[in-house]
Formats: sequence, structure tokens, C-alpha cells
Amino acid sequence: MKIHKYDTVIVGAGGAGMRAAIESTKRSRTAVLTKLYPTRSHTGAAQGGMAAALANVEEDNWEWHTFDTVKGGDYLVDQDAAEILAKEAIDAVLDLEKMGLPFNRTPDGTIDQRRFGGHSRNHGEAPVRRSCYAADRTGHMILQTLYQNCVKEGVEFFNEFYVLDQLLVEEDGVTKSAGVVAYELATGEIHVFQAKSVIYASGGTGKFFKVTSNAHTLTGDGQAACYRRGLPLEDMEFFQFHPTGIWRMGILLTEGARGEGGILRNKDGERFMEKYAPVMKDLASRDVVSRSIYTEIREGRGCGPAGDHVYLDLTHLPPEQLDAKLPDITEFARTYLGIEPYTDPIPIQPTAHYAMGGIPTNVEGEVLRDNTTVVPGLYAAGEVACVSVHGANRLGTNSLLDINVFGKRSGIAAAAYAHAHDFVELPENPAQQVIDLVEQLRNSTGRERVADLRLELQETMDACVMVFRTEQTIKTAVDKIAELRERYRNVSVQDKGKRFNTDLLEAIELGNLLDLAEVMAVSALARKESRGGHYREDYPNRDDVNFMRHTMAYREVDADGRDSVRLDYKPVVVTRYQPMERKY
Amino acid sequence: MATPTLSKTDQMEAAAAASPFITVTFRIRRFNPEISEESTWQDFQVEIDPKERVLDGLHKIKWDLDGTLTFRRSCAHGICGSDAMRINGKNRLACKTLIKDINPEKPITVEAIKGLTVMKDLIVDMEPFFQAYRDVMPFLVTKGNEPTRERLQSAEDRERFDDTTKCILCAACTSSCPVFWNDGQYFGPAAIVNAHRFIFDSRDEAGEQRLEILNDKDGVWRCRTTFNCTDACPRGIEVTKAIQEVKRALITRRF
Ligand code: SF4
Ligand code: FES
Repeated sequence: MKIHKYDTVIVGAGGAGMRAAIESTKRSRTAVLTKLYPTRSHTGAAQGGMAAALANVEEDNWEWHTFDTVKGGDYLVDQDAAEILAKEAIDAVLDLEKMGLPFNRTPDGTIDQRRFGGHSRNHGEAPVRRSCYAADRTGHMILQTLYQNCVKEGVEFFNEFYVLDQLLVEEDGVTKSAGVVAYELATGEIHVFQAKSVIYASGGTGKFFKVTSNAHTLTGDGQAACYRRGLPLEDMEFFQFHPTGIWRMGILLTEGARGEGGILRNKDGERFMEKYAPVMKDLASRDVVSRSIYTEIREGRGCGPAGDHVYLDLTHLPPEQLDAKLPDITEFARTYLGIEPYTDPIPIQPTAHYAMGGIPTNVEGEVLRDNTTVVPGLYAAGEVACVSVHGANRLGTNSLLDINVFGKRSGIAAAAYAHAHDFVELPENPAQQVIDLVEQLRNSTGRERVADLRLELQETMDACVMVFRTEQTIKTAVDKIAELRERYRNVSVQDKGKRFNTDLLEAIELGNLLDLAEVMAVSALARKESRGGHYREDYPNRDDVNFMRHTMAYREVDADGRDSVRLDYKPVVVTRYQPMERKY
Repeated sequence: MATPTLSKTDQMEAAAAASPFITVTFRIRRFNPEISEESTWQDFQVEIDPKERVLDGLHKIKWDLDGTLTFRRSCAHGICGSDAMRINGKNRLACKTLIKDINPEKPITVEAIKGLTVMKDLIVDMEPFFQAYRDVMPFLVTKGNEPTRERLQSAEDRERFDDTTKCILCAACTSSCPVFWNDGQYFGPAAIVNAHRFIFDSRDEAGEQRLEILNDKDGVWRCRTTFNCTDACPRGIEVTKAIQEVKRALITRRF
């Protein structure tokens, strides 16, 4: 075991982690621990753009953007946070441009902007051009630009280090962060990083679904590390299903395709979104479009021999426009489906895309251990966190924005905290829990296999807690997850070695997914209403009286060591906007 | 699409619905120094839909047959750059190569990319590759005061370096280059591509410095224009052309 000491440790090297690192490296001795090489993060898969009311191409302002974010989140958004997001969006985009990001340009040479779902002029009047973009690889360009600037700033990376435990220590009656414990992939060695500040920026948890746009590596590691140590997870029942994933594969096809004029059609060729969202049509918010697609499919208007998908039609758009604005996604259709988007429609279905919930934080990125108390020295930003700027449903282009605004804020705040405070003493045997976990899995002779349990979990989640949910389906999921968690105790791995043991890490990742799936299902069961991404067929309406509040899920352990999820609730911060009916 | 004539999509959907599984042999070069200093070829038989990816085949092996098979991957659709490998003797991304496109009748050979030290099975040491990248100053350098708003750039100037912004640092190009195989000191095509991305960016003011770096004995002049890199690039970047443009800029000092 090795012990390292840094002022600030950042967990994850995607957009949020690297944006934080650029700030904190200038101000404090910083280490970035990342399970992948920095440019491998799934931030690179984001396509369509980053919202900011630059008003480069038409009238716009941050207040409209705030409203759209609150409405898009179905009024579960904390409005103070949304206001910061929308206000600081403008500088966030300009920062990236100055760092070198090659945005598409207007004829005047300013940053070009395009339409995106849920973003509107003057509180819903009509779609507005607010998304700043670089073709359909905006996430890729953000990731590359941030990495380039990390190279410029000399950010210190520990590549292929898996953070498996969060160290919390009680000091003078206050629970504080003391550091993290990590597993080095190359050697199997365990490292303790003592740090004054820790920032989680380790991304989402989409891999508990089968049809998902998420990478294989998005397994909720940061959420799980905090949750197991008794910290709450907020709003985990809210997961976004992106309307346009490639049929069966789930690969994302950007909403920018509809922003450029693409149209969703059913098997009769009908533009069905006109029925569901007369004003915004194909550019209604994602939860609305995903439900509409499944309604079409359920009512027998789906396409293909099994009627299990619909079409994204780009055939009326000029090929030059597709080449210039949507080169990657048209290439995906050619590579993975063998079809030509110039002339043929693309089969799509909703795909599990984004966790709105996560580790609760305030607007400085400080992690909360209950509704109000912060954990000194602990921060989170990006998809792993819940500020909450996305509420019950995130607007497209607000996640690339979130990672930049709150990545930067948490980087600055964490470095400032590190300056003002001393190291917290490490607990005795700080690595013990990780050593035990690793040894137990390496030595287990149990008969359960990781791949089987993971597939059963994914199929359960797809069937039971996706776009449509009922008490019965969620209960089925809760029971199945409990069974899988029990069987997980008998999981064993074939690779017993120390060197690049990805077999072992997949087993650990599955453990994380199972814990988080339980939190999600239990939270969803208790929320007897429909709001944003959480749609209960048995409670189809939003219930502001009983449920306009955030779910806070805690892990409880009883005397026999059995754990369960305990739910509590936290009020939503409302500033300007009272809840209204949500129409697009 | 008023009258739906969906020939290609229809065919694709019908074929997908049929899902004819075939048996494919994967012949994988295994190496694990914890066990042996020698690498060996090992065959695996996998039942797979030929429309699936090579990466899906590797997962089937890892998940159902042999958990010790080790490779990197993340996104599974060609944007993260994790899984460049030598498939049937050519550098490709396993996640962007469909089984049906590489003659599944014969055994499909899979081995680590060449020119970088193999650590285990398909995993190589990427550090020298990233070091070459870092050496070309892969970041925007500007002088003078920062503007309050964005720097202006015409659509044409933006287009000038569009191709080289697509790079995902997968190393397929560099590890397909015979010059790099013979001498790991050569910067390699990927580093030059990333230098190009800044040299030809109208906002950047360090082009001269980068050109001097690439004027080195291990720089662009080592390129012998074999086009392996362009063939290998999964992002369709015209790598050789980018290198040629850097060479030309070195001669003319115009960029
Ligand atoms: S230029 Fe192409 S092949 Fe080379 S590293 Fe970049 S993406 Fe990979
Ligand atoms: S797994 Fe990301 S490029 Fe292949």
C-alpha cells in the first residue's frame, strides 16, 4: 500500500474533472485519479452542443434559459442553481473558446448557435437558437480542449486508478473528508490519497440499463463510494431516456439532428410529435418525446417487423447540411446499421442516457450529508452530482454546460478550502475496506458469474423502470435486485492476477451498479406521481402537494449487517417560478 | 418521405429481425508476463450475429469463456479511442469493425497494436504515445490581452483545420507506421496531426515553435509517405495529407 498526499484530489477526468483540475492545479497541489485515460471519458460522446444565451444569432437572455431549465426539469430544479447555471453559461462558453475550442462560426465569425429541445424564446413562445456547437462532436471538442489545457497547466494525472472508497473521519463532532482509496489497474496495488479536498467527477451510472447510450465504464463508482459511507443520494429515480438512440444498440443520435430539421415518423410516415407537442413538436423536452415514441409503439404504429421502433428522418435535409453539421451521427448510421441517411430513415428508440440524480451538493459543489449540512472538504460536480439544475428531466445541452460551470466552481472552491485548512488525519488502516473487497473477490470460489448477473440486472431495469413505470413493475425490479444482490455474494472472477485485472474490476463495478439500482428502484417506488423522466402509469399526474421535493436516499445497516435504503425528502428551492402545467 | 419507399432501411430491419448467428473463430495473441514471458495464439469459438462488432465478440469471450482476456474499451462506438488493435493484420477499432466486414469464414486474428510495449494481451503502454502528443504543444497559444468576448474566426478559417480536430488519440495511425516501428523516437503521425490542428488554427500564435519542434531529426521529415496512417485512421482523417501540409509549412514558413 502506498500513501500519497495532495491538497486536492479529483476523481475522474471527464469534462467536470478536467475543468475542475484546470482551476485547482493553478491554486493547489492537485492529483487527478481516473479509471480511464483522460480523453476516453464519455463526455466525448456528447454531440449536440452547450447551451448559453449568447444571443449571437437571435435575441436571447439568461432569464429565458433559466425558465426553460426549470420548466424542462418539471419544477424539481433548484431555481437558485438554475439561475447560476444560465448566467455563468455565457462565460463558460467564452472560457472554452479562449482555451481553443473550435466552435462552428456564424458568417460574422462569432460562435454559431442552433436549436435544441426545450430551449425557447420568451418562456415557451418558440424554439430559440441557444446551443453553441462544434459540428456534432461538441463533447469531443470540449474533452479535447480541456485535456489540452490540462497539458498546458501541467495537471498531474494518475491514469487507470479506480477510486473504490471515500474516507470520512469524525473530527470535533464534524464528519470530514480525509481522502480516498484507489486501486491501480496496472499493478493491482492499493493507494491511499490523503487530501484536504476531494472532488468527485466520475460521471453517471447508465450501465444498469441494457439499451443505453452510456459507455461500458459508466458504473456509478463515485456515487457508490459515497453512498456506502452513509452519504445520501438525491433524486436517483430520475433518469433520462434520450429519444433517439440507434435501434437496439442505444448509440446516441443527437437531438441536434432534430434541431437541424430532422423529423420523427411512425410506420405510416406520420410526423407524430405534432399530436403530442403542437408548438415545439420534435423539439419538445426529452421525456415528452420518449414517452410519445413509446406511445406510438404501444399503439401499433411502430416500424419494422416487430413494430418496436420509429424513424428519425433526415432525408429531406440537403446532404451538404448533413455532412457539415451531423457528420458523426450519419457515419454511425452507415457503420452500425448499413443505411444511408441521405436517402433512408434511421430506426431509433429511446435509450437510457443520463442520471439527473446523484451526490447532493450546494452551488459551490460542496457535498451534503443531509438536507443542509456540508461535508467539509468533499465536493462533486457533473453527472455524479445533483445540484440540482436538472430536476426531473435535463434539457439537452445543459449537461455540457453543467460540467463546465460546476466543474469550475468546485475546482475553485476545493482549492480555496485546501488553502485554508489542514489535512484531516487518516483513519487507522485506511485501505482495509478496499483490501477486503479485492481479496474477497479474488479468492471467492462462488459459482455466480458477473456477466450473468449484470445481464439480468440490465434486462430487469429495461423492463421495469424505464420510460413507463407502475407500482407492479417497480416492485418486480426491487425484488429482482434484492435477489441479484444476494447472488452477488457468490460472485467469483477467473482472473486471479494483479496485472491489469479488468475481470476483477468488472465485478466491483457490478457491485456498484447493483447498489445504485436498488436506490433507484426504491426511490421510484415511493414517488407516487409522474414528473419529468419518472412516469408512473398508475399516477400519471404531477403531484406538487406531496412530491414537489427531492428524494434523499440513505443506506441503513442493521445489527446483522444487512443494508437497506431509507428515504427522506428535501425541499425544492423556488425563487422566481411557481409550478405551472408543462406544455410544449 | 411522403410515400415511404424504405428499401435499405426495410432490408436492414428484416435482416436484423432474422438475426442469423454464425460461429466465428477468434485467434487472439495472448500475453501475460505474470504467467509467461512468451506470447501465444489462442483460438476461441464464438456464436455471434455477424452484424455485431469485433468488440462484442471479445466481450463474449471475456464474459462467457475466459475472464482473463484483457483489453481496453469504453464507449463502444468509436469516439473514445480505447480499443485500437490489430485485426486481421490491420489497425482498427474493435468497436467500429463489424464481423461481417472482415470475412468471418476464416479465423479473425486479433493482437495488440505494434510499436508500443505490450503489457497484457491487447493492452499496450500508451505513455510514449501521449508523451509525443504532449511534446508538440497541443494547446492554443495566444499573445496580448484576452478579448472580452470570443475571438472571431471566419467559417473558412475554422474549416482549414476541421479534419484534424476529429482525432480521438487512439494510436491506430502511429502504431501502423513502419518508421515508428523501427524507431520509437519518431513523433509519429498522431502527434503531427495534433500539431497541425493548432498550426493551421488562425487564432494560434505558436505555429513557428511547433514547426521547430517538428523540424527535429525525429520530426516530420522521418515520414516516408506510406499512407498506412491514413488507411488506419478510424475517424477518416487524411493523416498523410496533414503531415504533408506541415512539411510544406516548414519549407514555405506559410500557414
Ligand atoms: S489521427 Fe486518426 S488514427 Fe491517429 S490517433 Fe487520431 S484518430 Fe487515431
Ligand atoms: S470503445 Fe471507444 S473507441 Fe472503441
